Amino acid sequence: MADGNHLFSVQTSIEKGELVAVFGESGAGKTSLLRMIAGLMLPESGRIISEDDVWLDTQNKINLPVQKRNTGFVFQDLALFPNMSVLENLKYAAKGKSGTPDLSKLLRMVNLENLSHRKPATLSGGQQQRVALCRALAGKPELLLLDEPFSSLDMEMRRQLRDDLLRFHKEFHLTTLLVTHDLPDVYYLADKVIVLDRGEIVRSGTPAEVFGTGGIDNKIQIRGEILSIRERDMECIAEILCGSSIIRLPVAEEERKQLKPGMKVLVSSGVFEPVIKVLGC
Amino acid sequence: MSLSFEPIALSLELALITTVLLLIFGIPLAALLAFRSFRLKSVAEAVISLPLVLPPSVLGFYLLVAFSPGNFFGRFLDYWFDIRLVFSFPGLVIGSVIYSLPFMIHPLQAGFQSLPANLKEASYTLGKNRRQTLLYVLLPNIKPAILTGIVLTFAHTMGEFGVVLMIGGNLEGKTKVASIAIYDAVESLDYHSAHIYSLILLLISFGILLFTYRLNRKIFKPASRL
Repeated sequence: MADGNHLFSVQTSIEKGELVAVFGESGAGKTSLLRMIAGLMLPESGRIISEDDVWLDTQNKINLPVQKRNTGFVFQDLALFPNMSVLENLKYAAKGKSGTPDLSKLLRMVNLENLSHRKPATLSGGQQQRVALCRALAGKPELLLLDEPFSSLDMEMRRQLRDDLLRFHKEFHLTTLLVTHDLPDVYYLADKVIVLDRGEIVRSGTPAEVFGTGGIDNKIQIRGEILSIRERDMECIAEILCGSSIIRLPVAEEERKQLKPGMKVLVSSGVFEPVIKVLGC
Repeated sequence: MSLSFEPIALSLELALITTVLLLIFGIPLAALLAFRSFRLKSVAEAVISLPLVLPPSVLGFYLLVAFSPGNFFGRFLDYWFDIRLVFSFPGLVIGSVIYSLPFMIHPLQAGFQSLPANLKEASYTLGKNRRQTLLYVLLPNIKPAILTGIVLTFAHTMGEFGVVLMIGGNLEGKTKVASIAIYDAVESLDYHSAHIYSLILLLISFGILLFTYRLNRKIFKPASRL
């Protein structure tokens, strides 16, 4: 794990056909979880069972090699093979496997058919991302694993790729596990979300359940991080970072004692009528 | 005195055979050193690098002793396989392979280590085994390192002197390679022949290096942009 010494202990199950997001701060163990499932990393002890196949059972000394687990893995930095063209990357993935999808159809679905003979290095970030997704699917995996797949892209590109991912997920009846620290990813894509913190699952459920908006009510809730708390004119003001904007809120003396800079908080308000104001398209 | 070009041909043949053999053995060995950790790895690395610092005469002397039919290893080869390596071309090949080992292993190992780890992992998750990954993913992406290994090994073997002299001696048409022919010519005050051999070796060495630099610039620079 990124910062070393935490214990890592996770127990969960995923239904076939679900799209599950693994959400958490960096260093929470998200990538480690994905690598253990793929077989790229060996936990000290544990069991991984896919339908009726045992992939890992440390007690009985079973460890199915990564090659036999039939997963499609999209790496954070994509790991496209620089020596192969787009189509060759896909062909390499499909080679020696049965029932693989039509590769040109795969590329057509994401508008890459005209670029199929280009080398990955000559493509844009979003295009490379789609090649990585197609390559992971070219081997007809049972389980698709994505490690922060959209982290290097701008908002517009992210939106398009989310759509592509959803389309693929449905078209190929995949079971998908997506590691992300981006809340919109979770909301747009996931049927279920698992929140990891320091190597443990702290919450799981539908995105609405987990992020506190289950049931419709008149509350506005914003998640943020306390930047500072300072006194001003007999009053105490907390500055809270929400997304990329800072909101300043007065806090009472009692509250003040509980709050410290760096804390993650949920700001909610139920007293006023919510007004949605369009800021621009 | 008529000049024989046999030593030049012999040098080229020795360099070619050594390079091919080292390429075949060097790739798996370099991959092993680059990707696996095992006990005594640093010992293995030190042994492979020894020819860089050891005087060639030391290596040549030990090989001479080992190959000699008077000793166990030489007697063993002689008795069971009817092979005598001292003062023979196959003996030269073995000496050259050992002597040039680091010149092939180091560039290949560095090449493998410079690749992002997840290229290998990506290939594994796509169901490909080690051999397929090595052939189709890893090797094609370290072409400049392979070329460097080939060129350094070839050029180093062409210029070899000490090891060759110790275990090969100076047998016309068998072990008299170009570098020894130059020494031999100077010994017998035949400066004319020494000049010609030296110039040919100089031109070959320069030509090989020039070719490599141009090839590296032309072909590999744009491709290795990742």
